[in-house]
Amino acid sequence: MTRQRGALFPYIIWIALFVIAPIALVVYYSMLDLSGNFTLANYKSFFTPVYLKMTLTSFWYAFLITLFTLIIAYPTAYLLTKTKHKQLWLMLIIIPSWINLLLKTYAFIGIFGLYGPINAFIEIFGLEPKQILFTDFSFIFVSVYIFIPFMIIPIFNSLDKLNPTLIYAARDLGASGFTTFRRVIFPLTIDGVKSGIQVTFIPALSLFMITRLIAGNQVITLGTAIEQQFLVSQNWGMGSTIAVFLILSMVLIMFLTGQKKGGRVR
Amino acid sequence: MKKLSLPSKLYLIIVFLVLYAPIFYLIFYSFNSGESMNNFESFTLEHYKAVFDDTRLIVILINTVIVALLSGLIATIIGTLGAIGIVSIKDKKMRNVLLSLNNVLIVSPDVVIGASFLILFTMIGVKLGFASVVVSHVAFSIPIVVLMVLPKLLEMNTSLIDAAKDLGASKRDVLTRVILPYIQPGIFAGFFLALTYSLDDFAVTFFVTGNGFSTLSVEIYSMARTGITLTINAISGLVFLVTVLVVIGYYFFNNRAKRIQEGVQR
Repeated sequence: MTRQRGALFPYIIWIALFVIAPIALVVYYSMLDLSGNFTLANYKSFFTPVYLKMTLTSFWYAFLITLFTLIIAYPTAYLLTKTKHKQLWLMLIIIPSWINLLLKTYAFIGIFGLYGPINAFIEIFGLEPKQILFTDFSFIFVSVYIFIPFMIIPIFNSLDKLNPTLIYAARDLGASGFTTFRRVIFPLTIDGVKSGIQVTFIPALSLFMITRLIAGNQVITLGTAIEQQFLVSQNWGMGSTIAVFLILSMVLIMFLTGQKKGGRVR
Repeated sequence: MKKLSLPSKLYLIIVFLVLYAPIFYLIFYSFNSGESMNNFESFTLEHYKAVFDDTRLIVILINTVIVALLSGLIATIIGTLGAIGIVSIKDKKMRNVLLSLNNVLIVSPDVVIGASFLILFTMIGVKLGFASVVVSHVAFSIPIVVLMVLPKLLEMNTSLIDAAKDLGASKRDVLTRVILPYIQPGIFAGFFLALTYSLDDFAVTFFVTGNGFSTLSVEIYSMARTGITLTINAISGLVFLVTVLVVIGYYFFNNRAKRIQEGVQR
């Protein structure tokens, strides 16, 4: 197939224009001030407590969101592999992930609202209705809700590939249910967990519409800050600087959750 | 196979309930004649009527579909050719570099993609609107198509191509008569995924769309920011209906294809 190099031409142009050029431009803009002069002031202001604190809280929220998503998704994926018609059940898990993100987020504006069903439920127990919207709880809850299907899919796939005889062997050798899980099942499905963490943690750092719609201005993530700088303050330089750090954190996460892909490409 | 224990079943049921509750909540109140998502007054279809009467909304809906189909088609062509080109590269290092670059846009946060494309379009002088949105959607869909097509190409037996060449097939014949039919399922999967990515995208479009042009996600965002409008609920109802129909269609299509394949193998 050596003579099919021509097929690569549009693809290479795509890589140059939409993969390499955008990253280069972001790095370039991060070193410009508002009037377009070359400066490192943006980086200097990134290392002030305001931005550092924002980065830390953004990471903290992303960590919590990923943790809760994993805690809910892993058992679900595990139980799904045990059902009859598991592909059908998996399909049913995937369907909600196809409903537009904005619509699902919008639903929670009503659910968590002051007169919404959650508060109506609380009132039955004689408690005062509270504002649940615009708190960090609502932000984490909605994010976890949105990421659950994306975490379930890779874990389900790796559990599904697991050879069941390994589990029987562990049981026959006297391992308890928990030991089997800790020593056999979990280590063998760690790749699925890692992919799940990748598809949850990175978006959790950068989603800005959930923070805008659900958390008011209570929670500011890296993504919200970028959107703010680009589209509200029109300070592309500062926005690009934050984007550079978001890209760096992404590379770090990919590195930490990287999988040995030996033999994937022949 | 062991049957699921009662607590396990309960757990799965709760997860499914939580996943679907917000969606059904939205749809339920789309039939509410009142103005909010709290107390259901009486059944009405006026919000659905409002959707179909709102020409602006209908135009946006058509725009969204056109953007998805057009960008999906272009991305599928470039991506498929790119995958064929990648496979034809013999140099292993070069191939891995291309594959890593391919994955950059898949793992990049939407906000970074949107912001960097915004800089790119402004620098080149592309007017923000329909063209910039389509080009962006093509750009972030190409790597997904490549990832869907690549495994099919790799599992293809190269002696098929050698045989075709020995029998006197031209380069073009090899491509259209041997390679493309073989990798067809991958191409369809890529196109389908590109469609869903495009339909679901909010952040990238939000950055690169100008004032005059809007897609469904962006429109829902600006509607939701002003508060609760039951028109959004009606849109959710319609979106859910279409999604379920597509899923059922896909499921049956897949099952039939599988059965045909099994029949052939027998």
